[in-house]
This record gives sequence, C-alpha cells and structure tokens, in this order.
Amino acid sequence: MSQGYLVFVEQRNGQLRKASVEALSEAKRRAQSGESVTAFLVGSGVKALAAEVAKYEPTSILVADGEQFASYSTEAFTAAAAEAVKKSDPRYVFAAHTAMAKDFIPRVAARLDAPCIADVMALQQEGSNLLPVRPMYSGKCWGVYEIDAPLSFITLRPNVFAVNQSSGSAGAVEDLTVAADKVSAKVVAVHASEGAKVELSEAAIIVAGGRGIKGPENWPVLQSLCDALGAALGASRAVVDAGWIDHQFQVGQTGKTVSPQLYFACGISGAIQHLAGMSSSKVIVAINKDPDAPIFKFANYGIVGDVLEIVPKLTTEVRKLHEHN
Amino acid sequence: MKIAVCVKAVPDTETKIAIAADKKNIDYTGVRFITSPYDEFAIEEALKQKEKHGGDTTVIALGGAECTDVLRDSLARGIDSAVHLNDADFANLDTLSTAKVLAAAIKDGGYDLVFCGHQGAGGDNSQVPSMLAELLGCAQTTMVLKLEVEGTTFKAEREIEGAHESVEGSLPAVISCQKGLNEPRYPGIKGVMAARRKEIAVKDATALGVKGTVGAANVKVRIKEMMLPPDRPQGRKIEGDVDSQVKELVSLLHSEAHVL
Repeated sequence: MSQGYLVFVEQRNGQLRKASVEALSEAKRRAQSGESVTAFLVGSGVKALAAEVAKYEPTSILVADGEQFASYSTEAFTAAAAEAVKKSDPRYVFAAHTAMAKDFIPRVAARLDAPCIADVMALQQEGSNLLPVRPMYSGKCWGVYEIDAPLSFITLRPNVFAVNQSSGSAGAVEDLTVAADKVSAKVVAVHASEGAKVELSEAAIIVAGGRGIKGPENWPVLQSLCDALGAALGASRAVVDAGWIDHQFQVGQTGKTVSPQLYFACGISGAIQHLAGMSSSKVIVAINKDPDAPIFKFANYGIVGDVLEIVPKLTTEVRKLHEHN
Repeated sequence: MKIAVCVKAVPDTETKIAIAADKKNIDYTGVRFITSPYDEFAIEEALKQKEKHGGDTTVIALGGAECTDVLRDSLARGIDSAVHLNDADFANLDTLSTAKVLAAAIKDGGYDLVFCGHQGAGGDNSQVPSMLAELLGCAQTTMVLKLEVEGTTFKAEREIEGAHESVEGSLPAVISCQKGLNEPRYPGIKGVMAARRKEIAVKDATALGVKGTVGAANVKVRIKEMMLPPDRPQGRKIEGDVDSQVKELVSLLHSEAHVL
C-alpha cells in the first residue's frame, strides 16, 4: 500500500530552492513512524547536490541525472516524476509552489489520475490523513480540503513552512533511470529579468509602491529601502497598468499573492484586489497621505504622510539599526 | 488554423466574498459573474493569432447559467463560435475532472492551439491547462508572456521567478496566458449586437462521452469547510513629526514585532 512522502526538490543553476527545502522539512515533520520521506532531484550533473539534500534527513534520495534534464521541459520532468512515484509508491507528493512545479506537477497528476492541491498554506492532520488548507479568491477566503485518493500531489506556498535545522545524513542515494519520452516543447534559453534583485514570492520583507510614489522616476527611493532591508520590490496594479513598472512586480489579484514577515505598503490605498494578495503578511506597515485609505484597516502600523518624505528617512533609520546590531 | 479558448465565469474581482451557510462554498447571492481576468488574455491571443494566420476560433466554458453572458462576451470580442459544457454532473468538479470534461470537448476538434488563462480567479488552482495538455497528449507552455507561431512550431516566453524562459515547441499546444502577453480589446456595440444573435452550442456529459466518469461519485478532492481569514489585529497610527514617527516605527518593528 502507498505510504509516506515523495518530495520534489527543485534546483536552479546547482542551487537548491529554499521553498523546496521548506517542503522537504514539512514532509519530515508530517511523516509518522515507519513512513518514509523520499527526496527527488532532477537535472544534469545534479548528483553532487544529493549531499546538500541529505542535510534535511530524507529516508532516501532519488536522482534523475541526465542530459535531457539540462534545460527544463515539461514532458521530460513529468516522465521523471512519474517514474519516481512508481519507484517510491508514496501517498503524498510534495513540491514547492513555484513556476516550475505549477507547470509540470499537475501534468504528472493527470498522467497518474491523481488529484492535485495547489498553493497550500497549512496542513491539518486527521489521523494519518492530511487536510490541506489553501487560500481562494486570492486570499479573500480559505478552504480546508479533503482528499479521497491513495496518491495525491500537494504544492506548498513558499515562505510559510519552516526549514528544519539539521545536519544529519540520509539513507541511500539511488539513480533513477527514466525512459526517453517524446518532448514536444522545451526551454532553449533563460534570461534573468532586469531589476528584480530578490524574488517577490519568496521574500521575507517586501516594500511595495503605488500611486503615492507620484511617478516611475521615484522607484529608486523604494529600492534604497529594499537594499537596506534585503527586501523585494513590489507594486500595486494601478502603477503596473499605468506602465510605471513591469507586471512581474505586481502584488494582488492578477499579480502575485505573497506572505512575507513584513510588508510595507507605500502610497497604496488598498483596493480589495491588492489586499487579497498581501493580507496574510505577518506585519503590515502602511504609509499613505490619505488618513481614510482602506489599507490602514489592515496595517499593524500606519503613518499618515508623504511617502517620498518618509521613506528616505526610514531607509536611514533602518541602516542605523543594522549598524548597531 | 483552428484555435480553442477555454474561459471560466468567475465572481467579479471587486466582490466582497461571504461564506455560504453550509460552509462548502461562497455565498453567490448578488454576485456578478465576469470572464476570469487571465482568460481575457487568452481570448485576445486567439483573436490575434487568427488575424495573423487565418482559421477559426471557438470559445468553451464549463459551468451553469453564469457561463452564457461570459460566452457572449467572447463572441462580442470576435470569437467565431461558442460551446457551453453544462450538466448537473459538472457541479463542484475538482481540477482533474474539469480537465477531463474540457479534453473531451477539445480532443476531436482538430485544434492547433488551445488557449487558457494561467489561473482561474477564485479557485486559483493553476492546474487545468497542464492537465488538459496531458490528457490531449500535446505540448504545453504555461505563464506565457510572448508567443510566435510559425507553421507547425511555436516560440514562447514564459515567466519564472526573477527570469523569463524561452520555449520552443511544436503544435498542437496548450498555452496558458499571463498578464503582459497582450492588451485585451473591449467588445464594440456592433460585436455585442452580433453576439446576441449567435447560437451557443450546449453539450452535456452524455454528448461529451463522460457520463459516469466525472461527477460527484468521481471527485477526489472536496472542500470540507470554507472560512474567512482571521481578522487582522487592530493597528495603530503613529503620530508626531516625521522624524519621530520614523524612529518610533523602526523601534516598534524591531522590539515589539520582532521583524527587523
């Protein structure tokens, strides 16, 4: 009978994704005695990364290492994952909810006629059954899900599940042989985006700007605060639609849903679509010159005033704090 | 070129969501349905590809009566024909069942391209396009920001974290569309009038050959309970002159909230 967990551990350019380590850590916490946690790596020349994965103490590690995985293709990764499921026979397959997993995990689920639950932000446990909890309507409400299947796929929202601190070593590292499959589309090049220094969906701190920054020439004001905090830059839909910044920075419905530890809403009034995308942030700071802006109802701390006057002073104050600690 | 577009009727994104009494769904009282925002990019891309390569476009929606206006909206923008997949068995389907019904409607149509929004507003699952491609046994590219079709091949750019990927593939293909791919057109009066006169083909589970394979008995994922997120704690406004406000904020974030 199917038991235990298979965790897809994503790597990019030879680096494990932090969100994948979170998923692996959560599987370890969920596994009951006797249940195995198998980690699963795919790529070309990735076998050396198994030692890195082993630190998080999976029961064993499957490695699909081959030329056909050097650049991403949905079909090659689907074939590898389907093989890993066949080999480890898990009850649950975990992956981080990333662009890659969003692309191929549902395809694996369809191939194996298994259900998939995406962007999970909490797991309830009922006996040995997991009940995933996930945001719907961009976070305006939550749903608790019941699964009725021997095998299911669950993708976990980045930045929500803690990383286990451990330095143990895993059991066996095993090569996974994947039969060559038809590949009708594949990645031929990857271009790093301009501007994005810290990835929005994985950032611990986000500084987001809206109309209140007055114009695109003022992004450097927010970027300086980002640099001081190690934060990612975000934006409201209004300024994306106005052409002040690229869509990849948009937070909210039709943009990214984020859950950072700290979110600065700078000159953002707080339209319902924006609130939906960031209201699960742990701490929200609102800076807005309109004292009646809806964002203040969601903020832990608010300052009524001009973003362009306040943010530079805030940057200086944050730098001072870091110098003293 | 034969092009299909899958669209979903979803509650207007302005809607304040309330939970229904049985806690298994949202309260649809007074909710206005719209075309899911990402599907607008899919409709536009279908129209653009047809303008470039010729051929015909079909819009497909799965759901109840709320789909009619949404299908008419696609027709008003210039889509040639509309198909409504409607059956009592199609209520509350999980993502895989949804993909199965769509695949049944698409598989024998000889489509070169199938466009979808990359995620339906509401369920926010982002799964159906990939599942559909698998069930159709064809290429897929998701979160697409740029697309060029040439003969039987395509080049696409897709969004990933902090980067764009260039993808090359062969048709047929399922393409899921991300904001930035194009600027959706609005329907004109003439289009709206013409759309009113067009017939919408309705297909049920029997016509699609999925009777008994999808429906309540075959759903593997159910919502046990829906809830509103917990209220945010009562916030406070920091008063004083700008210098003292900023000092106090940083001190609170450091010593009280422990996030700095």
